[in-house]
Amino acid sequence: MRAHPAEYELFAPGGLSAVLSLLAQAPGAWLPIAGGTDVMVQYSAGNLRARRLVSIWNLPELRRIEVLSDEMQIGAGCTYTDLREHGVVSREFALLSSAARWTGGIANQNRGTLGGNIVNASPAADSLPALLVYEAELLLVSVRGERRVPYRDFHVGYRRTQIAPDELIRTICLKRRFSEYYAQARKVGARNAQAIAKVSLAGLGRLADGVVEDIRLAMGSVAPVPLRLTETERIVKGRRVDPVLVQLARKTAAAEVRPIDDIRSTARYRAAVAGNLVAEFLENMSTNGSIT
Amino acid sequence: MSESPQPVAKCEISLTVNGQVVTVCVHAMDRLLDVLRHELGLAGTKEGCGEGECGSCSVLMDGMLVNSCLIPALQASGTNIVTIEGLASDGRLRVLQQAFLECGGAQCGICTPGMILAAHHLLRKNPQPTVEEIREGLSGNLCRCTGYMQIFEAVAEAGRREATT
Repeated sequence: MRAHPAEYELFAPGGLSAVLSLLAQAPGAWLPIAGGTDVMVQYSAGNLRARRLVSIWNLPELRRIEVLSDEMQIGAGCTYTDLREHGVVSREFALLSSAARWTGGIANQNRGTLGGNIVNASPAADSLPALLVYEAELLLVSVRGERRVPYRDFHVGYRRTQIAPDELIRTICLKRRFSEYYAQARKVGARNAQAIAKVSLAGLGRLADGVVEDIRLAMGSVAPVPLRLTETERIVKGRRVDPVLVQLARKTAAAEVRPIDDIRSTARYRAAVAGNLVAEFLENMSTNGSIT
Repeated sequence: MSESPQPVAKCEISLTVNGQVVTVCVHAMDRLLDVLRHELGLAGTKEGCGEGECGSCSVLMDGMLVNSCLIPALQASGTNIVTIEGLASDGRLRVLQQAFLECGGAQCGICTPGMILAAHHLLRKNPQPTVEEIREGLSGNLCRCTGYMQIFEAVAEAGRREATT
């Protein structure tokens, strides 16, 4: 049943500190809304439990991208378009800019935010595998202060995160040390735009003399949370990429994922594709990704 | 979180729509789409899916393409909105609109206003897009009549005509 607007409050205090004060006064009572690409969908369908919303759209404190010598600091309110149009993101964090390009269509990219993608915590979200392999850190902020947490620990279960009811993500921090890595993002779905992934992969790796020096693999839509494939990484690291290793990695990845059957795909298909994407990644890296 | 307060009062919101400053008395959570259609009588903006998937409610907000079904009215306060009604001036179609007509880019018409706004947004950023770029620029706009080819052709044609005028 469609929601009735008279049943919902929406405030736009206009500044970060005012928003944080409001959240602190009644923790859990206020739902932050940024570009609305998730919240408004739930609202329109009558599925939004929150009755009080606070707008964090376009807060200047959350819309900045800062490039430090060793780190990128992306404000949580930056949109996919902001990410796509940022030179350093395109050059050094190609997996994130690919994900931004595949999220929704242009209109949703103009409104959807990176912070929103993280707190919405869908295991199928396009940008989250990239954040896992770049080993992002999140700066969480509340009236109590700031804390910095590793992104890999942020999702604690299906659509559950570490964020406290009075907190917002302020910044997504990425170390600038991956520009020399071979990077490949893949989204398998009905189509890239406007479709939710059946399986997605973000992969980073570095070869030295044909041997895998470092590898980071993460997948979407294959577990209750965006999943880092630590077991597959472990068996690949330090070894030469050859057909035997590719086969072993394919099998390990297919066994490591924990997919389900749903309207978009089946567990069996997803596990097979997960293995194939990892195999494809290794083959492409060994063809294109050697660093001399 | 589920505590249900008294019905929330309406508020006054001012915004610029197609160059005119307007003030409406609406609920903060009314959708911009409904404000345009019901409060301002601008029925050119269509509702398709109502969940940001189909693009038929596309408008420009401060120059950015957005789905008006996903914008709470309060977030549109103080912004500059352009709808399909704001594209033609003095009864004269834009080059882009004329190209849609001539190339058969419109059939039933429900997607057309959104398609044209998305194409307009694309051409402003990229006046001579490739077919790939046109496909990407319009990927958030669904059409169930044309099969898209005539739409892509219309956008490419508009780009060519603008370049030669």
